[in-house]
Amino acid sequence: MTRTHALVAEELTLAYGERTVIEGLDLAVPAGRITAIVGANASGKSTLLRSMSRLLAPRAGRVLLDGRAVHRMPAKELARTLGLLPQSPIAPEGITVSDLVGRGRHPHQGVFSRWSREDDAAVAAALEATQTTELAERAVDELSGGQRQRVWIAMALAQQTDLLLLDEPTTFLDVSHQIEVLDLLTDLNRVRGTTIVMVLHDLNLAARYADHLVALESGRIHAAGEPSTVLTEDCVRAVFGLESRVIADPISGRPLMLPIGRHHVTAPVTAEV
Amino acid sequence: MTALAAPPDVAVDVVAGQRTRRASRRRLVIVVLAVLVVVAFAATLMVGRTFYPPGEVWRVVLGEKVPGASFTVGRLRLPRGVLAVVAGLSFGLAGVTFQTMLRNPLASPDVIGISSGASAAAVVGIVVFSLDGTAVSSLAVAAALGVALLIYVLAFKDGVAGTRLILIGIGVGAMLNSVIQYVLSRAGQWDYQEALRWLTGSLNGTSWTTVTPALIALAVLGPVLLGQTKNLSALQLGDDTAAALGVRVERTRVIAIITAVGLVAFATAACGPIAFVSFLAGPIAARIVGPNGSLLVPAALVGALLVLVADLVGQFALDTRFPVGVVTGVLGAPYLIYLIIRTNRAGGSL
Repeated sequence: MTRTHALVAEELTLAYGERTVIEGLDLAVPAGRITAIVGANASGKSTLLRSMSRLLAPRAGRVLLDGRAVHRMPAKELARTLGLLPQSPIAPEGITVSDLVGRGRHPHQGVFSRWSREDDAAVAAALEATQTTELAERAVDELSGGQRQRVWIAMALAQQTDLLLLDEPTTFLDVSHQIEVLDLLTDLNRVRGTTIVMVLHDLNLAARYADHLVALESGRIHAAGEPSTVLTEDCVRAVFGLESRVIADPISGRPLMLPIGRHHVTAPVTAEV
Repeated sequence: MTALAAPPDVAVDVVAGQRTRRASRRRLVIVVLAVLVVVAFAATLMVGRTFYPPGEVWRVVLGEKVPGASFTVGRLRLPRGVLAVVAGLSFGLAGVTFQTMLRNPLASPDVIGISSGASAAAVVGIVVFSLDGTAVSSLAVAAALGVALLIYVLAFKDGVAGTRLILIGIGVGAMLNSVIQYVLSRAGQWDYQEALRWLTGSLNGTSWTTVTPALIALAVLGPVLLGQTKNLSALQLGDDTAAALGVRVERTRVIAIITAVGLVAFATAACGPIAFVSFLAGPIAARIVGPNGSLLVPAALVGALLVLVADLVGQFALDTRFPVGVVTGVLGAPYLIYLIIRTNRAGGSL
């Protein structure tokens, strides 16, 4: 039910005014997989995500979706294929959950077209998937942080795109809600084949949940590939300037990073390499 | 969070039901407001020094010759009432558009200096260049558009942020108001009277020649603005979210600004900047409609109702006759203060 799409950045250079954030970056998003982008603060993660969803025009290079430059595609057509959940979306005062989730149907509707059964079904499915059906009549501003994030994801789901980009979808959530959101995105990927690209802060969750891990360092890709090859002690040092141990996660077998700070280091630190 | 299969019919029905309830609440408000506007409009035609019953008024509206009524109703009250409705609709639409777009109730065109631009140009035209009629109106329209462009350019830095635009607008408005004061202080007696109309807003002495341009502007620009309803609703979720939903953010904003400023400019050119109508209509509509969809149409109707009722109050409720702008000003000023206090505490939105 999902078509696979090729989302590719070529020689991409992005800047805000005089400040260049990303320079000459090449990235191919694997279709039908989950990609996580990690990197230090201000390394250009969100900027990259914004540009891939046409919110920021490239200074040089281009972003191609199935061979077409996203910045030249009709806005609504792109929005039916590629969705983005930005970091801090705004809920209008008093808006109800089902109304907000319904806003995700925008790219499927014409200027004067009426709501179809299909629109309602998409909203119902999105509410169900995010377990927010019981909250449907509540005002969004009355909800807890975790509930609110699920509602925003529901809005993105109602958009029914084959590609979904999310900018730090787990920020401000406690650990159980973080896992809930990532499990949901994994379901979406496994069941519908939705290609997912997300910026994540937590390296270990990124390594656990991503099929493809991209480590950004000052606007360039330091490493990209399977988490087991990308998340190494060298990579953490280069990208975050932090000493660490990387061990196999006993739960998932994926790499697990243990930071080494100046305090509380009791086990002998054996430098790898 | 697991189920991703197609939802059962019952669940879809529930969602459809919730949506229908929201829509019908909004529709009900629109119908009630429209009826009230019609009633207030009818009252404007009937009430005055001489009372004319609905039947006679109706015959005048249909174009029949009725002794006395034809002049009083047809030539005096009808243009006045029509202008009240047209200006109210224009101010209401423009105000709520700015407030929605910038996600801030302080962002209405009369607060951010656009109406002041029209007023200042009109006063300068009357007092300094001794212009009148159409020349003054054209000048006011051009100035409002010019001021809007100026504010937009000054506030533009990687896109337009709401607060910056509002602060710059208030600053520009203050400068324009001092221009108005200065010019007025040098005006002769007759010019002063004429110019004063441009400060508070008044429907006195309205004729068809003043109504027509505002009516045409509303007929042309109103539908264009209403065509942006869905895009404006999406913009409420933030620029990035709107863009991700396929809204061309900058394009929507430019269309909305040009049409809204045009509406304000032509209405202001016809009856002066009727104080606070743009500013009040949106929040009042928001209170009545609740979070049940776009406020454009309800706010336009509230605007019309405000002007009609304020004009009736100004003319007949008190011993002295006050221009409509004085009455709306008395209503609006306390709300502005309340809003500033509340915004200071919380950073509210519409």
